[in-house]
Formats: sequence, C-alpha cells, structure tokens
Amino acid sequence: MNIPAEYLLILSAVLFFIGVFGFFTRRNLVSLLISTEMMLNAVDINFAVFNAYCHPGHLEGYIFSLFGIGVAAAETAVAIAIIINVYRNFHSIHIKRLKNLKY
Amino acid sequence: MNYIQFFEMRPEVCLLGIYLIIFMYDLIATGSSRRVFHPLVCILTAALVVLTLGDRSHFTLFGGMYESNAIIVFMKSLLSFGALLVIMQSHKWISNSDSYHKQGEFYVLLLSTLVGMFFMISARHFLLLFIGIELASLPLACLVAFDKYRHNSAEAGVKYILSSMFASAIMLYGISFLYGTTGTLYFEDMAARMTGLPIQIFALVMFFAGMGFKISLVPFHFWTADSYQGAPTSVTAYLSVISKGAAVFTLFTVLTRVFAPMTEHWNLIICLTVVASITAANLMAIKQQDLKRFMAFSSISQAGYLMLAVIGGKATGMTSLVYYLIVYMVANMAVFAIIESVEWQIGAPAKRANFNGFYKSNPKLTFIMTLALFSLAGIPPFAGFFSKFFVFMNAFSAGAWIVVFIALLNTVISLYYYLLIVKAMYMKESAQPLERIKSDPYTRISLTICTVGIVLLGVCSFIYSGIDSIAFGL
Repeated sequence: MNIPAEYLLILSAVLFFIGVFGFFTRRNLVSLLISTEMMLNAVDINFAVFNAYCHPGHLEGYIFSLFGIGVAAAETAVAIAIIINVYRNFHSIHIKRLKNLKY
Repeated sequence: MNYIQFFEMRPEVCLLGIYLIIFMYDLIATGSSRRVFHPLVCILTAALVVLTLGDRSHFTLFGGMYESNAIIVFMKSLLSFGALLVIMQSHKWISNSDSYHKQGEFYVLLLSTLVGMFFMISARHFLLLFIGIELASLPLACLVAFDKYRHNSAEAGVKYILSSMFASAIMLYGISFLYGTTGTLYFEDMAARMTGLPIQIFALVMFFAGMGFKISLVPFHFWTADSYQGAPTSVTAYLSVISKGAAVFTLFTVLTRVFAPMTEHWNLIICLTVVASITAANLMAIKQQDLKRFMAFSSISQAGYLMLAVIGGKATGMTSLVYYLIVYMVANMAVFAIIESVEWQIGAPAKRANFNGFYKSNPKLTFIMTLALFSLAGIPPFAGFFSKFFVFMNAFSAGAWIVVFIALLNTVISLYYYLLIVKAMYMKESAQPLERIKSDPYTRISLTICTVGIVLLGVCSFIYSGIDSIAFGL
C-alpha cells in the first residue's frame, strides 16, 4: 500500500481517455476494439483501487472487476467474429470502406 | 445459500426453460419435423407471455439484488409479447434458403436478449444490472450481423457492437465512481449514502450517457440509423421497440432508486436530451428515402417522447411510460411488418417511392399502415394520441412546460413526415405499382393483433388505470 490511491486513479483516468481518444481518431476496426478494451480495463482498475483503498473489508469492487474482465472477453469475442465477417465481405477492415450506410 | 430462490424468479425460469427446449429441438429435429419449428416457437413464446403474468406479489431475492413487483411482471410480459410479434413477423425471412439452417440460432439469440432484459428491469444491484445489459446487447449484435452474406448487415453489426462496447465502458466508468464514493453497489444503500458530490454528478452524467446509447437519444444516436438500416428488418423491429423499451424502463428505475437525491440534475439532463432528440431526429427524418432509415429517425424521436415520461420520476410518469410503450409497440410492429412484406415483394430495401400507388393494389395493408402511422404521429381517435397526451401531462406537471411546448411543435413536424408516406400510398401514381402482396399467415395474425391494439388501446381506459394502480415512482 505504498502507492497513493490518487496515482492509480490518475492512471486509470489516463488509460480511459486514451481509449476515448483512440476510439474517435483511429481508422481501423481492430484499433477501435483495442481502444474500447482499454476503456473497460481502466474501469476494472478503478473498481479494484476503490475497493482496496476506500472500502477495504468486503469484496464487491474486486468481484465487479472480475465480472468486468469476463464480460469484456465475451464482447471481444463477438466483436472479433463480426470484424472477421466484415473482412470477408469488404476485404478490408478500414473504416473508409464501410460506407454503404451513411447520412 | 438457499437454492430454492432460483425458482421464485418465475419469468426468468420459464424463459430459460423455453430457451432450453428450443435449443434442444434445434439440435435434435431433422427433416420434416423442422417444419413445425416456427409454430412451436410461436406457441412457446405465447405461453411465456401468459406464464410471466402469474405472480404479481412484491418480493426481493438474493439479499435484495433482484426485485419483482406487479409492474415489473407486467413489463416482462409486455417484452415477451413484443418478442412474440417479432418472431411471428420473421417467418418469411427466417425460412428462406439463406437463413433456414440458422433458424434455431435466431430464436435462441432473441430469447437470450430477452433474459438479459428481464434481469435489467429486475436488477437492484449494479452488478446484476451490468450483466443484464450486456446479456441484452451482445446477442443483439449477433442478430444485427445475422445475414452473413449481406454487406449492409456486417457493416451494421460492427457499428452496433463497437458503439455498444463504448457505451458500456462509459457507463461502467460512471458506476465505478459511484462505488468509490458510496462503498456499495445496492441501489437502496447507494441512494441512502448519496451526498451530491460533484464526482457523483459526473457519475450520473456518465451513467446517463451509457444508457442514452442504448435508448439512442440524440447526442448518442450516431449508430442508430446505420444499424437499423443494415440489420434484418425483424431485428430492426426488435431493436426499435423492445430493446429500447427495456432500457428506458431500467433508466427510470435507476434514476428514481439511486439518483433520487439528485432529481433536479437529472431532470435538466433529460430535458436537454429530449429537446435535442425530438428536434434533430424529426429534421433528419424528413429527407430520408429509405424506409428503415426513416423509421430509425422516427424511433429516435419516439425515444425522446418516451423520455418525457421519465421527467420528475413520479408514479404517473411510469404509468405513462409503460402505456406509451404498449401503444408504440403495436404501431411500430405493424409498420415494420408491412415494410418487411414490401421488401420481400420487391427484393430490395423499401424506399418511400415504392409505396406510390400502394392503395390500388393492397388496400388492406394500406389501411393498416395508415392506422399505424396515424397512431405514431398521435392523431386523436387512435391510441397514439392518448399515449402522447399522458406523456405530455406528466412532463407538464413536473414543470417542464418549455420542453412540452417544443415537443408539441415537433409533433406537427412528425405529422408531416408520417403523412408523406400516407400521401404516397393514396395519392401518388406509379409507373410500376407493386403487385398484390400475399402475406404469410403469421404476419397476418400479428398484423391483426397490432391493428386491434391500435384501435382498442385508445378506447379502453381500464388499461391505463390498471397500469396506474401498480406503478411506482419517487
């Protein structure tokens, strides 16, 4: 417990907003997936930190982190499957090619 | 641990039983016995609608994580009814040669999203809420991308799954700060320890943004039009009514249960998003030619009207919310059933121009479509008028009269674009009018149910008072 909680929270906030930034600037579907994964991981860090520093004694935050990891894995599996399907249809996973549906 | 508790969650257990039967049938049945698959699923889902309605008492399970009461049970039954309509309308699509071998997958995925929605609206703990939301949105992504060989479907699927992951990450980030400041994830305890710190307001905004993605309110609506247009039509119908309805109901419960001490903050957020959703979606809807895309914008503006019911968070708000949802469900399902029939007739996405001279060849379908569009627009004799009236009344009594005024102005705009289709059907001439459409019996039954609903729901006042007697609020 030598690291102050603020540092860890700043780490998770930075990770989260790198994910947000990546989601809006990257142009490759897998990069987008990685960005959202970073956001979900930042959330997991947040829960673990809050549990360890602010509310020690029970395990709700850790359990939430565990479920978060599991659900993120399931989401990634589905997203990868859909991205592979996009690749089969469009022969590319660049966002520029996904222009059948637009305003 | 008392395992008998699992069997007290009657709607979920019934749904899981039906889910397993369908799953096993899909594995075992071969050859000619597959022909009764669709009717079997319809019957089982209809049984689910009745079975969920049974137990109306109020109780909590698992130390308060799961709550059930009369209005939640009613809501679950309503969602199953919507799923039944979707399954009935999907017959033609699911039994064509492209998707016939994936028939079982469609039902199983659809029912698993329904399980997720059941848990969403019953959850009284953020972990259960989170699992429910994910269970409701992950299979939906698979359903959106269901037509594997259609480019649009794949594109819509990837747009849906990435936005939904983004939204849930944002929502979870908000929940993590709520946990950090209160030290609990139970709704009741959290509300008791809520102090209105700035970080909690930040968490409220993050949570609202995450749910706003699922409801497709305006600043968070960018996935909606694309996903709705690209998805198979039955799935679009499911997305636009059932998934949205469950999300609005969940948002209502969370706002009133957890964020009760911050009512003025979330009232402001809702007012802003409602005005933005209704206005922006109406203006975008006018110029859409593709009918599914048009219905996507229409559903964004309807989501805005639905959110009017959440303002104030009173019990009357919940009544008008559930009532609006029933009325919206029957009207929207009728429109989507007709769009689907037209799509099968022309073999391409339906445009507004395809409806030119529709009255000459298909007077009955034109009549139902007109009723449904009038109900969506809110023209008096039909149910849509009354549902809009109750929603406006709730927002007005909560003091948001400017929002009500803007929403009323927008009703006129929405009337214009709904009437464009009616005008195309009755007045415009077409060089190549559509042939007479012969719908399959399932679509006919579901259209009959929808028509009866549109006409009767506005007349039978006992439905509204029945919901009113079981609703809860702040």
